[in-house]
Amino acid sequence: MLFLDKEQQGLPYFLVVLRFMNNDRNRQIHEITGQLRLIWKEPILFLLILLIFYFLFTFVVFPIFQVVKNSVYIGGKWDFSNYVAIFSKRYFIQPFFNSIILGIYTATLGSIAGFIFAYALTRTSLPFKNFFRTTATFPIISPPFIVALAAILLFGRAGSFTPWVKSIIGNYSIYGLSGLVLVETIAYSPTAFLVLYGVLEAIDPSLEEASMDLGASWGKVFTTVTLPLATPGIASAWLLVFIQSMADFGNPMVISGNYRVLSVQAYLQITGMYDLPRGSTLAMLLLLPTITAFFLQKYWVSRKSYVTVTGKPTGATIKNLEWYIKLPIYSACIIYAGIVLLFYGTIVYGSFQTLWGVNPTLTLKNYVEMFEVGKDYLYHSVLLSSIATPVTGIVGIFISFLIIRKNFIGRGLMEFISMLTFAVPGTVVGIGYILAFNQKTVLMPVVLTGTAWIIIILLIFRDMPVGIRSGIAALQQIDPAIEEASTDLGADSNTTFRKITLPMIAPAFFSGLAFGFVKAMTAISAIIFVVSGRWNLITVAILGFVDNTQYARAAAMSIILIIIILVALGLIQLFVNRVGKGVRMTTIIE
Amino acid sequence: MIEAFLELKELVKIFGGGKDTVTAVNHVNLKVREGELVTLLGPSGCGKTTILRMVSGFELPTSGKIFIDQEDVTTTPPNKRPTAMVFQNYALFPHMTVAENIIYGPKIHGISNQAARKKAEDVMKLVGLEKLGNRSPSHLSGGQQQRVSLARSLIMEPKVLLLDEPLSNLDAKLRVSMRLEIRKLQQRVGITSIYVTHDQEEAMSLSDRVVILKDGVIQQIGTPLEVYARPDNRFVADFIGKANFLNTIVEDVTPDGDVTINLLEQKLIIPKAKKSFKKNNKAFLVLRPESIILEKKKPDTITGIIREIVFLGNQMTYMIEIAKQLVTVEMSNPQECESFENGEEVSIKLPVKCLHLLPWEEEE
Repeated sequence: MLFLDKEQQGLPYFLVVLRFMNNDRNRQIHEITGQLRLIWKEPILFLLILLIFYFLFTFVVFPIFQVVKNSVYIGGKWDFSNYVAIFSKRYFIQPFFNSIILGIYTATLGSIAGFIFAYALTRTSLPFKNFFRTTATFPIISPPFIVALAAILLFGRAGSFTPWVKSIIGNYSIYGLSGLVLVETIAYSPTAFLVLYGVLEAIDPSLEEASMDLGASWGKVFTTVTLPLATPGIASAWLLVFIQSMADFGNPMVISGNYRVLSVQAYLQITGMYDLPRGSTLAMLLLLPTITAFFLQKYWVSRKSYVTVTGKPTGATIKNLEWYIKLPIYSACIIYAGIVLLFYGTIVYGSFQTLWGVNPTLTLKNYVEMFEVGKDYLYHSVLLSSIATPVTGIVGIFISFLIIRKNFIGRGLMEFISMLTFAVPGTVVGIGYILAFNQKTVLMPVVLTGTAWIIIILLIFRDMPVGIRSGIAALQQIDPAIEEASTDLGADSNTTFRKITLPMIAPAFFSGLAFGFVKAMTAISAIIFVVSGRWNLITVAILGFVDNTQYARAAAMSIILIIIILVALGLIQLFVNRVGKGVRMTTIIE
Repeated sequence: MIEAFLELKELVKIFGGGKDTVTAVNHVNLKVREGELVTLLGPSGCGKTTILRMVSGFELPTSGKIFIDQEDVTTTPPNKRPTAMVFQNYALFPHMTVAENIIYGPKIHGISNQAARKKAEDVMKLVGLEKLGNRSPSHLSGGQQQRVSLARSLIMEPKVLLLDEPLSNLDAKLRVSMRLEIRKLQQRVGITSIYVTHDQEEAMSLSDRVVILKDGVIQQIGTPLEVYARPDNRFVADFIGKANFLNTIVEDVTPDGDVTINLLEQKLIIPKAKKSFKKNNKAFLVLRPESIILEKKKPDTITGIIREIVFLGNQMTYMIEIAKQLVTVEMSNPQECESFENGEEVSIKLPVKCLHLLPWEEEE
């Protein structure tokens, strides 16, 4: 490579010539000495980088590695018998296809619902937009399996709507694929909505105007401009919902019936059969499609995007649409919002019933009992989430700072590993944690299983991408020159980070915290593997009540959980409003 | 009487409601001849873009009518109007190549791919885009994107071409060459055009007529020369070019409309003043800085004292105090002209052709 870098410009000519002779090697040496200089000058930063790498390896890579190892290395030797067994018998491989089919249905329906909502909110004069926006995103802040609980209350064996539905479509069961698709669509379409809302909002309205100006009707504008421009966004949304559906544990646990999916099967293999190798193998089958979908989304689809999401809304002009276009869009929004309200309303109503489907007398006894039985769960959930969330936030912001602003060996690796936690289904992580931390290892010389620490650590690293993403979003909006000015005036990395960067990204930090807290409070799929008799969480308890068909009590607990989350969100929001503008949820989710 | 090809009749556009009501366009009347290029010129917020968007159909007027070629198009949707717009940010479809962008319109109108491509070639040649057909818009320079946008509109052979500040995203040099090009192209094709800009130099250099707007109200319509030499009011005089305003009093008015004013004991006669005046009325004398001639002091002339001198290379600017009012004088080719000292008393010659009188307006 024949080009002069900055250092070479000042060198005498013969030295430059000498350098060209073995330029590559010299550049490597140069880079390494540069790194060493960094260590010398900023030892604390260097130590922090090492520390973060230690944490990432121990709590992200090591557990996943354990899952891989356990699926192929059994009893001290290589053993592929589990893979052979799974692939040779239809009964064993069926959950794999079931999960994929479920993912495809959910992703497709969820993306359609999300798109209609996003289109209605960005491109029409739909009244009560705030109401629809809130309704469309509400399932995000509740544990996803609450939707499944509501579906059972409404359409289950003793469901309120069951006789009516039976009179129309005949005998049916909510337990199975169709029930799962219904509840997962409601639970995960908000993801698609938020992604597509951002995409549609970012499409320059003058493109659609140009198309119309050249003679295109509404339909033509939509098919030749809006839709093609939104396609990468739709693909993105589809893949994200697909991942969420594949990784979902709570809903299938409640409502899958005989429709066996990977996440539940892996859980049952491990907790029911104590067959760790088989469970790990199923987890691997779960991991491969989600990882593939994730990297497809990350590196392929997002590259194809025509829309540069700047976070700056372009103020799309609202067109006077014809009634025959408005009518179906508005109706779809109203019906969908109605369904969401119906489901959550049912939970509220159910929580006050004596015995669902049998004794509809209204009572407060569920709440009273809930506090007797469930106060420890509740306390543990709030306590452990409150410990984990700030750590997630701080470490996440710090990692995003390192990734965006610092140059060091292994930066790419750090980014890769921290993103990995986003793509790996909770079931895989949960299995990995019990495999990795039920014994002493070089990386972790104490046994964590059974302690509160394993839950806290799991929560921290499960939510890490949230912290990192909000940090990255905030940092990208800050001109590096501001930080350079601080360095120029004599501050070291640490001081600059504390005095300049941190105050500027504080609002993003807190909105990241809010979302992280929601995720921690509603976590179930990974957590269920590491809870213990001493340390249990409210989500696991609710799932237990549902399992015992104590629906009213489960409903009451869910309501309490949602209320706690809303209060926490409100408090953080108040605070964020005081310090400035937060980061939009879209940036965190995508 | 102008034979109108495009006509705006009593056009009004009111945005918002209640407290936030804004009258963006206020009773605008305009007639544009076939083949004419008319510029809507004014500061931001004057309503010029709103007018353009009503002509293109993206906004519906609150009241008033729009006619194109005798046809009432006031409520015709934008996709059914014989107009084509060149957008400020070009609005090129990023998922299509240059050629696909250009044939988009014809294909929407059901013209076969082959015929559309043939036509596109001609248009691309016209705007100088040969060989760029297969490029993606994002790989073009600003000027090239501008040409694509123009080509995409021209291929529609619209009855009216609308240009919304098309040059505002280009750098200064390119802007000058592109505006000449647009003007040539417009004259060659002979297309009726409405051009929106806030750049008065742009407006002067390429328009047949200029419409000057302020707060949604038309201030003046005229050729560039007319609005420059004989502005209708103080706003126009001030907005177009530089102007000095001297306060005077009308001494006499003849039935022919010749107005006599008194400036520093010297009588000045303004033949055929544009506006009507009455004796003893206050009035403004509008003087363009380049039309004032300075001379060494002579008796019985209007005199002033030089207060400031700025040398700009191609011209010399003097600030001169006349009757306790400061007046800017620009002399071009300073190396040839007589030069004056700061504080020197000089004689001032005002060529009768360059005098323009406006009725008194209270300053805002």
